[in-house]
Amino acid sequence: MAGSLRGATVRRSREIKSIRETAALEHMSPRRSFQGLILTLQRYWAERGCVILQPYDMEVGAGTFHPATTLRALGPRPWNAAYMQPSRRPTDGRYGENPNRLQHYYQFQVILKPSPPDLQELYLGSLEAIGIDAAIHDIRFVEDDWESPTLGAWGLGWECWCDGMEVSQFTYFQQVCGFDCAPVAGELTYGLERLAMYVQGVDNVFDLNFNGREGAEKVSYGEVFLQAEREYSRHNFEHANTERLLRHFQDAEAECQALLATGRAEAERDGGPHRMVLPAYDQCIKASHIFNLLDARGVISPTERQNYILRVRGLAIACGEAWLMTEAGGA
Amino acid sequence: MPELLIELFSEEIPARMQARAAEDLKRLVTDGLVEAGLTYEGAKGFATPRRLALTVQGVTARSADLREERRGPRVGAPEKAVEGFLRAAGLSSIEEARIESDPKKGDFYLATIEKPGRAAEEIIAELLPKVIRGFPWPKSMRWGAASAPTDSRFAAPGAEGTASLRWVRPLRSILCSFGPETEDPEVIEVAIGDLVSSNLTFGHRFMAPEPITVRRFDDYVAKLEAAKVVLDAERRQNIIATEAKNLAFAQGLEVVEDKGLLEEVAGLVEWPVVLMGAFDKGFLDIPQEVIRLTIRQNQKCFVLKDAANDALTSRFLLVANLEASDGGKEIVAGNERVIAARLADARFFYEQDLATPLEEWGKKLSAVTFHDKLGTQAQRVDRIARLASALAPLLGARHEAAERAARLAKADLPTGMVGEFPELQGVMGRYYARAQGESGHVADAIRDHYKPQGPGEAVPSEPVAIAVALADKLDTLTGFWAIGEKPTGSKDPYALRRAALGVIRIVLENELRLSLKPLFADALKAAPAASGAHEVAADLLAFFADRLKVHLREEGARHDLIDAVFALGQAANPDPPLQGEGRGEAPGWDGAKSAESAASLPPAPGGATSPLKGEERSKPLGPAQDDLLVIVRRVAALGQFLDSEDGQNLLTSYRRAANILRAEEKKDGISHEGEPDHALIHQSGQEEERRLLAVIESVEAHVAAHLGEEDFAGAMAQLAELRPAVDAFFDHVTVNAEDAALRANRLKLLSRIRVAMHKVADFSKIGG
Repeated sequence: MAGSLRGATVRRSREIKSIRETAALEHMSPRRSFQGLILTLQRYWAERGCVILQPYDMEVGAGTFHPATTLRALGPRPWNAAYMQPSRRPTDGRYGENPNRLQHYYQFQVILKPSPPDLQELYLGSLEAIGIDAAIHDIRFVEDDWESPTLGAWGLGWECWCDGMEVSQFTYFQQVCGFDCAPVAGELTYGLERLAMYVQGVDNVFDLNFNGREGAEKVSYGEVFLQAEREYSRHNFEHANTERLLRHFQDAEAECQALLATGRAEAERDGGPHRMVLPAYDQCIKASHIFNLLDARGVISPTERQNYILRVRGLAIACGEAWLMTEAGGA
Repeated sequence: MPELLIELFSEEIPARMQARAAEDLKRLVTDGLVEAGLTYEGAKGFATPRRLALTVQGVTARSADLREERRGPRVGAPEKAVEGFLRAAGLSSIEEARIESDPKKGDFYLATIEKPGRAAEEIIAELLPKVIRGFPWPKSMRWGAASAPTDSRFAAPGAEGTASLRWVRPLRSILCSFGPETEDPEVIEVAIGDLVSSNLTFGHRFMAPEPITVRRFDDYVAKLEAAKVVLDAERRQNIIATEAKNLAFAQGLEVVEDKGLLEEVAGLVEWPVVLMGAFDKGFLDIPQEVIRLTIRQNQKCFVLKDAANDALTSRFLLVANLEASDGGKEIVAGNERVIAARLADARFFYEQDLATPLEEWGKKLSAVTFHDKLGTQAQRVDRIARLASALAPLLGARHEAAERAARLAKADLPTGMVGEFPELQGVMGRYYARAQGESGHVADAIRDHYKPQGPGEAVPSEPVAIAVALADKLDTLTGFWAIGEKPTGSKDPYALRRAALGVIRIVLENELRLSLKPLFADALKAAPAASGAHEVAADLLAFFADRLKVHLREEGARHDLIDAVFALGQAANPDPPLQGEGRGEAPGWDGAKSAESAASLPPAPGGATSPLKGEERSKPLGPAQDDLLVIVRRVAALGQFLDSEDGQNLLTSYRRAANILRAEEKKDGISHEGEPDHALIHQSGQEEERRLLAVIESVEAHVAAHLGEEDFAGAMAQLAELRPAVDAFFDHVTVNAEDAALRANRLKLLSRIRVAMHKVADFSKIGG
């Protein structure tokens, strides 16, 4: 394992998996620090051949929206990637007053295509890496079928429980953007705050130790994010301008469709690949987030709600179709 | 005799699908064996979260040889016919067939087809892949490299794209052994996708993950048990139930039994270990229903009550899948933290909900669509409130209270807690109503107006709750009827049958006297899409009749008695019968089956209404066929009456009269309905004839009086008075007198007996 943070502290235990070495720096231990948890997962999956990406630079409702999952899950090309993705769920905001609910939180996302035969064992290995010992913890795979109506996607899998707590989602993608997955990708989503609360043993998310230091050097999750939770809750529930948002939604939808149409016309003219999918997909992501904001503002009636979901889904399906006309999509 | 062992080892199978899958595996394999000509003595299927297993004992080692003769065409038949015969018989040339002579038809070809028996191994090897590939999972999936498209340069060899094997979750290995008890069984080779069968299985995921070599079922079960896997789901349930009981008992507690949860957790573990945890007693302020659901649904744990006073305690039981090296300390601590967080969340919802009055929550219902054509939930609440208020005086409830309860009945739907646990609708409303100082009647009505939700649930018994419960259900029924969304066959998406049965049970169990038709009419006035209200109400009434019959039959009432009472409906109904609407399932009510009923009563000459009909119409005392309670009481009285000697004897007399009448009417080709000629009877009739006429008239008057008071037993006792006179008439009077006028008059007299008795029930429907 090249480039690891080898130090004097680890020399005495050569047999310990190198993955533990990072953790052996006290303040980098997943049991001590939020960032240690993230870094441990990154290392673990990097060692298993994943491309380690950084978060997508747009507002998304879940790590699945990252094009590295949604689009890369389509088409025949193998693809293994892992990344941390901040996710925004405007309706889940609680002004920073609920110890378990946030409108902005971190997910750690792994996608392996095709799903390897030992995916469950790989997953369990990652739990071990962050300090969850299967000899004393009750780890369970409990049925949970996943569906994203806005992405036109579904899969079968489980919620992964550790001592009764859901710590991850485990899904074998069957369809994405309305297309059958061939081959099927396995997707793992770790709820990082929850997992960190569990391994750090704290009951309030804002009490999480972020950097693993103690005393004056310690930075808590609350210090990093509490103000944001308060401000965004105000924004999401009270102040976001719904008229402008409605316009933005329409703009994003129109832009997505226009870009896809242009790309398709070029592809048909030249007989080449579609060359405008990723920018179009950005607009689909944007529309989805604006819809979530409008939903939080309470201006979407139940019947309209279904209609908006169908509109975003329409964009997602069109993007998926175009993706399959690109090189990365296997065309 | 050889035995077969199959195990399909996979990633975790959803708990709810396991039992069915074990049965399906058994059925598909044993059916396949039998179809291929093998027999077996016994079979049993098993399921754990990670495996389906099947043992089949006493399988025959080979299927029998089959020899079949097939007759072909004539010798010299056209070439086409001969070709077809060769193909069908599997012959390559006609020389292989024999020639037989038939004295009549001449010479023809005959082939002998021999199908040698096959080894069981061969049959199983062919059967198992079919069973696996066609397995009826409710939901299945593809996975891995095999699911890559075949035409792709990225695909591994053996890829099958979207045609790749489907299973509930990835299938990891197949065990298939077959052989007699006395020898080492052999592995039957089966290859599916990239899996090849073996004699290997695996133990518990964490405690004994190593491969295990298995010979046959008995060592399979024992070796799994040693590897911390209890194969039999029923045994896992028993272990959990026993351990739970013991742990609870030691603390003076009792497990709140939950069969569904027990089945589910037994499907989540291969090696059950029951552990006890606790939460902060402060959480016990939260409604118990909420605590129980939070712990059950989200955490799949059992709650415990105090054995002394039945109150919920702050302890719970969890079922782990692990004998933890620390004795379960971490597992308990983890579960306790999750449950504490869940309960904190629940308390947050509860307090949030309480902070807003129910009326305010109720206002949100105007944004919720109930049904496209039936408006919003708020509009529905308006209708229910109006109806409940109108019903109240009929039920002895104050109409203000009924209206108030109805206005608040659905107000908890938008609350946070009901959003989290929809099954707490009504239950939470009651808590919130009490907290804001509503009366007990109103609060209880909010909870109870959904009842009864199933056959096992008690019906509301307080007048206010009854008013809201009836209003809610009647609004639903009339609304969906008005827009033409009736249940058909097995489809009843709006649970309308349940709603009607709810009304029936509420009415009967509370002994309520209600005329349904005016209620329907009232409810339909407010239905947004009301069209042809009269027809809709009649049709809905027919539906109720049908549901009532089903209900009475389920309660054990004789269906012929039900028919006998329902047959009165068409006669008593002043409305034009609704014929030709194809409502075959609602006989005998409001004329739906009047064609059939009328057939037993020949139409009166001149096409006038039958005297029976005319009579009933003219009398307001006829049975109120939209009053459920009256119908049921009449059925009960009829049953009791027929159980008595008088009743049986009268039935015999009735039949004798009816049979003679039917035979003679058939012979004459005319009806003998009608009033007998009194003067003729008095002039030239016999004593017994005069007596019978007098008795009929007196009995009729008395029956009418009793019916008027709804004293059905009294009316039937009166009918019994007919018997001596009828018997004497049959003993001494010749109906088929030579004098035609006398004969006709006597037949009319017989028909009068029938008319009198049909005031109470249509005795022609009674069997036995």
